[in-house]
Amino acid sequence: MINLFKYLKKREIIGIIFSIALVVLQVWLELSMPDYMSEITRLVQTDGSLMSDILIAGGKMCLCAFGSLIASIVVCYLASNIASSFATVIRSKIFDKISKFSIAEMKKFSTSSLITRTTNDVTQVDMVIGLGLQMLVKAPIMAVWAILKILDKGIEWSILTGVCVVILLLTVSIILIIVLPRFETVQKLIDRINGVTRENLTGIRVIRAFNAEKFQTDRFNSVNEELTNQQMFNQKTFATMMPVMNLVMHSLTLGIYIIGTILIMNAGLADRITLFSNMIVFSSYGMQVIMSFLMLAMIFMMAPRASISARRINEVLNQDISIVDGDFDGKTDKKGVVEFKNVSFKYPDADEYLLKNISFKANQGETVAFIGSTGSGKSTLINLIPRFYDTTDGTVLVDGIDVKKYKQVALNNKIGYVPQKAVMFTGSVIDNVAFGKTDKEITEDNVKTAIKVAQAENFVSEMEDGVNSHIARGGTNISGGQKQRLSIARAIARDPEIYIFDDTFSALDYKTDSILRSELKKHTKNATNIIVAQRIGTIMNADKIIVLDKGECVGMGTHQELMKNCSLYKEIALSQLSEEEL
Amino acid sequence: MPRPKSVEKSKDFFGTLKRLLKNLNSWKYLIITSLILAMISAVLSLIAPNKLSDFADEISIGLVPRTEILETIGTEISNNFKNIDFQVKLKEIMADDSISEEGKLTLINTMKDMETLDDTNKMISILKLPNSILEKLLSNIQYEGTIISVSDQLSTLNILGNIENRENALIQLDKLPKSVFELVKPKMNTDKIKNIAIFMGIIYLVSSLFSYIQGLSMTIISNKFAKKLRSSVSEKINHLPLKYFDYHETGDILSRITNDIDTVAQNLNNSLSSLVTNITLFIGSIFMMFYTNWIMAITAILTSLIGFAFMGGILKKSQKYFDENQKSLGNLNGYIEEIYSGHSVVKAYNGVEDSIERFEKLNKNLYEAKRKSIFLSGTMQPLMGFIGNLDYVAVCIVGALLTMNGVISFGVIVAFMIYVRLFNNPLSQIAQSMTILQSTAAASERVFEFLDEEEMTDESDLTDVLDKDKVKGNIEFSNVKFCYDKDKIIINDFNVNVRSGQKIAIVGPTGAGKTTMVNLLMKFYEINDGDIIIDGVSTKKLRRDNIHRLFIMVLQDTWLFEGTIRDNIKFNKEDVTDEEIWESLKTVGVDHFVRTLPGGLDYVLTESDSISQGQKQLLTIARGMIEDAPFLILDEATSNVDTRTEELVQIAMDKLTKGHTSFIIAHRLSTIKNADLILVMDHGNIIEMGNHDDLMKKNGFYADLYNSQFSK
Repeated sequence: MINLFKYLKKREIIGIIFSIALVVLQVWLELSMPDYMSEITRLVQTDGSLMSDILIAGGKMCLCAFGSLIASIVVCYLASNIASSFATVIRSKIFDKISKFSIAEMKKFSTSSLITRTTNDVTQVDMVIGLGLQMLVKAPIMAVWAILKILDKGIEWSILTGVCVVILLLTVSIILIIVLPRFETVQKLIDRINGVTRENLTGIRVIRAFNAEKFQTDRFNSVNEELTNQQMFNQKTFATMMPVMNLVMHSLTLGIYIIGTILIMNAGLADRITLFSNMIVFSSYGMQVIMSFLMLAMIFMMAPRASISARRINEVLNQDISIVDGDFDGKTDKKGVVEFKNVSFKYPDADEYLLKNISFKANQGETVAFIGSTGSGKSTLINLIPRFYDTTDGTVLVDGIDVKKYKQVALNNKIGYVPQKAVMFTGSVIDNVAFGKTDKEITEDNVKTAIKVAQAENFVSEMEDGVNSHIARGGTNISGGQKQRLSIARAIARDPEIYIFDDTFSALDYKTDSILRSELKKHTKNATNIIVAQRIGTIMNADKIIVLDKGECVGMGTHQELMKNCSLYKEIALSQLSEEEL
Repeated sequence: MPRPKSVEKSKDFFGTLKRLLKNLNSWKYLIITSLILAMISAVLSLIAPNKLSDFADEISIGLVPRTEILETIGTEISNNFKNIDFQVKLKEIMADDSISEEGKLTLINTMKDMETLDDTNKMISILKLPNSILEKLLSNIQYEGTIISVSDQLSTLNILGNIENRENALIQLDKLPKSVFELVKPKMNTDKIKNIAIFMGIIYLVSSLFSYIQGLSMTIISNKFAKKLRSSVSEKINHLPLKYFDYHETGDILSRITNDIDTVAQNLNNSLSSLVTNITLFIGSIFMMFYTNWIMAITAILTSLIGFAFMGGILKKSQKYFDENQKSLGNLNGYIEEIYSGHSVVKAYNGVEDSIERFEKLNKNLYEAKRKSIFLSGTMQPLMGFIGNLDYVAVCIVGALLTMNGVISFGVIVAFMIYVRLFNNPLSQIAQSMTILQSTAAASERVFEFLDEEEMTDESDLTDVLDKDKVKGNIEFSNVKFCYDKDKIIINDFNVNVRSGQKIAIVGPTGAGKTTMVNLLMKFYEINDGDIIIDGVSTKKLRRDNIHRLFIMVLQDTWLFEGTIRDNIKFNKEDVTDEEIWESLKTVGVDHFVRTLPGGLDYVLTESDSISQGQKQLLTIARGMIEDAPFLILDEATSNVDTRTEELVQIAMDKLTKGHTSFIIAHRLSTIKNADLILVMDHGNIIEMGNHDDLMKKNGFYADLYNSQFSK
């Protein structure tokens, strides 16, 4: 938590100091009020007091109240500004940091966890800061001040107040010790009940087809039962808190009065009035002391959650980024050349290599295709070109230069990458196709041509506003195949030297697939194509086909060559097409 | 600082609330009891302040000395002086040998002067006599049974003479001789105080106990209610037609089962009893105020009302900012989700700069909206405190005026000071509870809405049963018609006759209606017109579970639940041996893989597993294979498996399908070339039908589709 405070700006720190000063003022004003209250009480009680005296005391009390109101409003203003601004800064830092992440780091945290860290966790932390700034500062000042005010008023009362505070703190800590670890259990059970329900929903056809409704219901009920019991236990424990607190506070008042009675009875007449007024003052300040300690206890209850969140945020902010930007600006004589030299790759913590000793070269205008079974390392291999990962051994060269030497922006300008799963952003079709930046300007004409080449013209023109039509979040208003075509158009619009298609075509039906590829070929004569595919049909005509098996290259050549000398390739081909078709 | 919240408005607040209460009917008595307990403990907390002020009054009796008694004693003493019979006393003294001659002489001299003096000076001159003589002159007096000796009388007189002003009076009084002091000393009624203390102790104890019992029972009720609601929602999922899930998102239903139900339960737990307590306190304090003094009551209430009107104004104004805050937060979160999910594309397209720019803009919007809404909601608490203090002063001033005019006693003011607090607190609490109730209503409305969804047709009256061991496996589709809505026909007049043991393939582009066919076959959807007949029995006359029993079904989505591999393969079938499981795993070729997992069949599958889609799909196929049924449906069952594995699975499956009537939906046309009948679908219609060779000869849609695999 403290680690995060280094992100506070100077202005905010000044704001915090100012707030603390104001809180002190506020406490002073608030603690003066009981004095005026007893003054009013005394005046009313004494015969022959002047009305004007009461009005003056009342006026002073109102002034105190008003002053404290103003002070707390100003503190609230400062605190809300500081907390919001702090949250804004932290969010920005996280977002910036994550923007620099490579796929490896994304995978390490998982996307959904990163989303929670940027949203929920930041909210948690800033809530504590907003609240804490007011409570954490106010409570101790209040407690100490109130204690000082009453300490000389009677040791017996002070001891009683002390005992009450101890009882309260003990109660709160016992409850917390019992409940806190169970909170985690409850959270897990909620996750599980969500999980089972999600299963029930996603597997609804399977469940019904197997007549397994009862089976799943039983599973749900057992988690439901467990969740209810655990939650009930927690809440029951918590239910003791308020009554105990009330009892202690009331007992304190009663105790102060009883002690007061005894003290007064044994005191001389001269001391009695002082004792009585001390008693009245004590009963109000004693309450303040207890309240302050309760406030502190509340902060301690909130702190663990916030510190967990802060830790999660720090994990992101302190994550080392595995990809270091180079300084080469990308101006090369060669165009569209991709070369792998003895490339091996494994995940940092893994034992086994995902890719072993891969070497190949793709020249300008060539199409190089990768095929292999699931898990053979095809996708990983092409992810090395745009530097989603860095190689463990060996080098990847683009236009003769090691990709690690490129400025990432310059490298990306050369590449048009189309992922397996199409990604859509909220905005118009144009926004999506002309997404990002490249060294050339992407004009509306570029976009329209790209849409045409990507076989998306038909459905785009059928949409309400053509290329200006709105794409909903996650592209939910268009189909999977349509998304994939727009995603391909996005790469085409950039007019890159190198296209990378990561199993892009599998989502398209055969017909669209083949038309799209032939149109693309026409449109991008000089571009190099790197294709990962599952269908033999998609890659049969590639200049070079590389067959991968368990991360190793087991065959390289044209379709004809491979059919002759690569048994794995032949097996794959025959599993899809018959002899005569090949 | 309360979080700014934009309150959702329910469509029918009271209707929903009424229904909510109806649902709570089974805990009726417990709820009523706990609400009564809450009420009692509220009433007790109204009584307690009164008792406390009695307590204070009793103690304050002990502050003021009984000056009237002191006065009486003073008079008595001076009377004592006045009534000295000097003639008698002189003789006695003269005869007394213990008194010195000197003393006797002084007395005689004093007596000589006495004639000319008034009472006061007479006393002064007497007092100058030596004590030994004075004791003889004066006699003891008796007051209320206490005998005050002469020396006590003398020192009392001395002390009374020393009193100069109010301030030193008490100090002087403390010096009074014991006999007099005991009489003058203020008397606290210790019995009464003891009684009050005991009474208050009991009130506090009972009130705490009641509120504990009350809290406990509400916790139990709300948790059991939540459990019941969760069960009903889960149960409801089983009774909804599949169509419902095509139109509703999983996330939506999930949020109803967790967030909404949780909101309902928690709010119920907190707000119901707090509402009762606070309403009781509110009404009670108003009642008590008016009962005590109506002028002060009106003063207190008016001051509060003005304050609350002011607060209400602020709240109303700030609602706009709360909404804005919620909206900007949603926008920002949505954007974050989008960018993180598309991370690789954002990076590869150099979109980082733009995305940061846009993020900063959204972040700034949120900042602006948030700081305003936090600020406004944060001012509520101090404002409340201020209103309370203002009220306090107003009550004191008006009270003082009234006291001075003798209309009320001081105790009334003390009582009002407490009533003002009791009155202000519940008002804001009630307002808060009402907001909470609003969101409770909105949440329960969503839950009820789901529970009210139209269920699948009731089949309890269907009596026809097909025994899966006796079914031959003939299916006839006759004039089958199906549509989601009236205008959107999905399947139009579909006719086909499938004989036992045939392999039927359904092909066509995405959205052609292939999966719909399967859903009709399984009676997941009800057909609009026509009939599907199994072995001469219309499926309309068969119950869904009966039909399901006749089919083995393997789907494209690799659905596995969180549990061991064994449980997943067995699923809901009982008495399946491990041997059978291994056999089916072997058939689909994942036995080796399962053996490499820690625990083998006991390996627990979780969502975040590193098991690939392909392997999961093979496991789902194995699950299907455990079952034996006359019909087999494979809906893109091998789409996630690479082609070589698929071929292996195909071989195994072909063995399995021997004798079974099977329906295969496939993307890869190679898979289905050997089918007995290929149905080519497009736009919901069967546009071609026949075996592979026939269709290729026809050179139509199928041939086109098939050839496109090899086009350049």
